[in-house]
Amino acid sequence: MSTNKKELAVAALRNGTVIDRIPSSALFQAVRLLGLEKSNRHVTIGNNLHSGKLGTKGIIKIADTEFPEAVLNRIALIAPCAVVNTIRDFEVVDKRPVKLPATLTGIVKCGNPKCISNNEPMTTKFEVIDNDPVTIRCHYCNHAVAGKDAQIL
Amino acid sequence: MSSNSLVSISDISRDEILDLLDRARYFEENPNSKILDGRVVATLFFEPSTRTRLSFETAVNRLGGRVIGFSDANSTSTSKGETLKDTIKMVANYVDLIVMRHYLEGAARYATEVTDIPVINAGDGANQHPSQTMLDLYSIYKTQGTLNNLTITMVGDLKYGRTVHSLLMAMQYFNPTFNFIASKELQMPEEYKEFCRTHGIRFTESTDFSPEVINSSDIIYMTRVQRERFTDIMEYERVKNLYTLHNSMLDNSKPTLKILHPLPRVNEIDRDVDDNPKAYYFDQARNGLFARQAIITRALGIDPRK
Repeated sequence: MSTNKKELAVAALRNGTVIDRIPSSALFQAVRLLGLEKSNRHVTIGNNLHSGKLGTKGIIKIADTEFPEAVLNRIALIAPCAVVNTIRDFEVVDKRPVKLPATLTGIVKCGNPKCISNNEPMTTKFEVIDNDPVTIRCHYCNHAVAGKDAQIL
Repeated sequence: MSSNSLVSISDISRDEILDLLDRARYFEENPNSKILDGRVVATLFFEPSTRTRLSFETAVNRLGGRVIGFSDANSTSTSKGETLKDTIKMVANYVDLIVMRHYLEGAARYATEVTDIPVINAGDGANQHPSQTMLDLYSIYKTQGTLNNLTITMVGDLKYGRTVHSLLMAMQYFNPTFNFIASKELQMPEEYKEFCRTHGIRFTESTDFSPEVINSSDIIYMTRVQRERFTDIMEYERVKNLYTLHNSMLDNSKPTLKILHPLPRVNEIDRDVDDNPKAYYFDQARNGLFARQAIITRALGIDPRK
């Protein structure tokens, strides 16, 4: 497959996770969402790569790490088309699209300054009210925001 | 969290709305009793609202319950930096029910998550005010004999007016037709028009408060146009009197038409309407007592009709 060749052109992974088809504009948000700033594994980040579907795309490879599904699915907030490949011993053993959870807890900051969640030490909570385009709504103040514009905590 | 809490009108079903209306009808016939004997209700008003607080406190007092609380957050530990969570958990030790108004949006929803005592939202910023919606629904039900198939004209500030938004959502079960009358700056937000479309609710939208609209209406719901909502003061001066209702405008309206207004009114309803039998806004405020008695007894799991 051509996609696999491109991935290999960046760096061959023995074990780990490859997240593909991230819109270029969302790549660094995805890096933050996964907490990769603090990772001590080999992390390869590619951006503005050619993509038939997206025009340009970003890709993230993380060696020797597999993420819980709930963590990966956070990516769907900003990159609904992203695909997660799990690599074991150079083989893609699992390949699936990210799936947006129905609620997002402690991930997004509410954009409404008068929201209780911005004025009280508490965990934020959002409900997904539309999947295409992704739109989420604050569980507390009902303020709605597009997934791509959401402020990631 | 208590399932008897009432944070938003959209949390309750059609059947629950109808049950609350039936309770309100009961309390209008029997406003005084002792069914809350031995119960203590807290009214926590982190933001002053005399009208709403007095209405809730009267509702409790007339049913034989006792009230504790405050009418201004400056006199509480909130001014010392206490979190809402701590205030709610402290008060919940003392009372059977919390009625709260807060200047922050989502405060009541959050309060329900930190206590098992039922919480009634008496207004959270610009967000929700379900007891106002219940008294509006009760006023409509009482004057029209039904909630079904009515034409409701909403006039004034449809952009920021939370009462019209909540009423619109609550009416989804009753096949209404809406007319939205507002200046360009204060039109009904797109999300509520989209709500109407997805729920098959008919609506018209106009900047013109025309005789055709008035004469086709069963209910005219007037709201206050606030000067501070306008970015352009010239625009405010231009439109402020366009949406004033005068008695002469009601000459050919339906005999059963009622004029509602959440109050306080400034100049959007001329004083000459007050003596018209179609003016209902003062009775509407009185219905708030019965609607709140209904909400309080539901929250406490007490059915007065048994």
